[in-house]
Amino acid sequence: MKKRKTADKSSYVGNTVVIGVIGADMHVVANKLMEITLKEEGFNVVNVGVMASQEDFIEAAIETKAEAILISSIYGHGEIDCKGFREKCKEAGIGDILIYIGGNLVVGKQDWKTVEKKFKAMGFDRVYPPGDTLKQAIEDLKRDLSRRNHERGHTD
Amino acid sequence: MNAAILIDIGSTFTKVVCVDLDKEEIVSRAEVPTTVKTNIAIGVHTGIKEAEKALPSTANVKYRLACSSAAGGLRMVVIGLVPRLTVEAAKRAALTAGAKVIGTFSYKLTNRDVSEITQKNPDIILLAGGTDGGDEENILHNARALACTKLKCPIVIAGNRAVSDEVAKILMKNGKKEVKITENVMPELGKINVNFVQSTIREIFIRRIIRAKGLKDVENFVDRVVMPTPMACLKAAFLLAMGTKKQPGIGELVAIDVGGATTDVYSIADGMPRESGIVYKGLPEPYAKRTVEGDLGLRSSAFSLIESVGEEEVIRKSELTNTNIDLRRAIMRLNMKKVPQTEEELSIDMGMARICVEKAMERHAGKLEACFSPFGEVYIQYGKDLTEVKHIVGTAGGIIHNKNPKRVLEEAVFNKKNPLILKPKKPIFYLDYNYIFYAVGLLSEIEPEKALRIMLNNLRRL
Repeated sequence: MKKRKTADKSSYVGNTVVIGVIGADMHVVANKLMEITLKEEGFNVVNVGVMASQEDFIEAAIETKAEAILISSIYGHGEIDCKGFREKCKEAGIGDILIYIGGNLVVGKQDWKTVEKKFKAMGFDRVYPPGDTLKQAIEDLKRDLSRRNHERGHTD
Repeated sequence: MNAAILIDIGSTFTKVVCVDLDKEEIVSRAEVPTTVKTNIAIGVHTGIKEAEKALPSTANVKYRLACSSAAGGLRMVVIGLVPRLTVEAAKRAALTAGAKVIGTFSYKLTNRDVSEITQKNPDIILLAGGTDGGDEENILHNARALACTKLKCPIVIAGNRAVSDEVAKILMKNGKKEVKITENVMPELGKINVNFVQSTIREIFIRRIIRAKGLKDVENFVDRVVMPTPMACLKAAFLLAMGTKKQPGIGELVAIDVGGATTDVYSIADGMPRESGIVYKGLPEPYAKRTVEGDLGLRSSAFSLIESVGEEEVIRKSELTNTNIDLRRAIMRLNMKKVPQTEEELSIDMGMARICVEKAMERHAGKLEACFSPFGEVYIQYGKDLTEVKHIVGTAGGIIHNKNPKRVLEEAVFNKKNPLILKPKKPIFYLDYNYIFYAVGLLSEIEPEKALRIMLNNLRRL
């Protein structure tokens, strides 16, 4: 019998990503735009919405077996809102999930390299400055997920 | 004359209502002790005979239908993944099906969990976990854990559809004979799907639980025992609120049932935030929602009620002049008599009923949480906003036979001292004075227009 061709499991399409706005922040428009854009790119999007706690993201990721968490932090309190996030993911059994963060992560103008370094030390895989960075984040996400799926070597 | 006999087989009393379907009137009512120690069918037969005395000999009894909460009600264990997500969704589905949730379990079942479930010996297990396309491992693990037990109860699979067949296979391969797959109780995050679970549970109830509870002989006297009693009451509340294709209902409402063991609250309302600037968090709640409080009741739960609020509060709400009363002794007497006879006993029942309604509504209604953000104070809403619900209906003995039903129902109203609990602000109160709520629910499936008119004609505005 002829062996069926294995599907391209390294594709990112259909992968589940959890998005939301962390902390006491109600900015909803950008969050909705992000949901629409990610869906158009082929992702299965789980949106925990605004004013989301760390647990909201993590629990959603567990229940939906998400591959990545994309956190928006817009009002400058990202460090305090995200403290211990990677550790909580580890406790919850999803310690190696991809976690991105972007937005106005700190109050005032600070050297971006320093900010990025700080958040990477907290366990974030990618960190994005304020501005129109969604397109870049999506490209990075596609690459990261494709690489991970390839490394896992899914076969039929 | 066409008639219907509609029966509620309760844990303590069996109620029978006889309805003239042509005139859409209540012909008679009977209430007899449920003969749970001998054969439940005996009490049912007695009640039917009593109610039928008022029927002319030419009457054609078109329907004989029953609902039941006897023998402990429908006892369910619920198992899911994340407590705030699929476990909560499954619990809500079980409650809308009229069940009594006797245990909830999250994540992977441990040996201890499995022992506990086995000891509880539920009537049905509801197994959930993972959104569709989401986590698979948890529900598979739990299926394997349950497969190793000696439990014989039906298992309803309401989790990730991607592995439902595999879950069923694991269970059936290990001797579990009754395994039913239904739709995921939480197919995607933020969506709760109770209807399919509800109808699957009901089907199992009719087919299997009735026999297991000793209700099979009842079918010698009725067409069928169709559903658990709380499901009948939820259907009645829904019909009254929503109406039918031909008749409007009264709109969003809350119905409260205070009994000897439990207080049930039913809300038929959307409940989403009414103002912009309020953020809704948590699982959305069913439009037709039921909660049941097993520690709030006037007889078998009276002592747990006293434990939770204290004797002073019960005495205060009872408006007793004798504040030195031996409350516990008085309640023991009430438990033996069942029906209050003295003014003091009537007052105690009023006090306890007020507390049941107050606490049950607090637990049922949604809540606001104030949150301080850089943009000022914002509010997060959990659960349903019932502040604009205009109708509250009181039913069951704890309210109907109370000396002051309106006083009791007023405890369900918004309290300015506790403004974050979203109870109705300006409701009209009604009393189901003929105790026909369950009967309307039973009739609603076969004669919805008549059922609605009968309900509307038998509600007394307070």
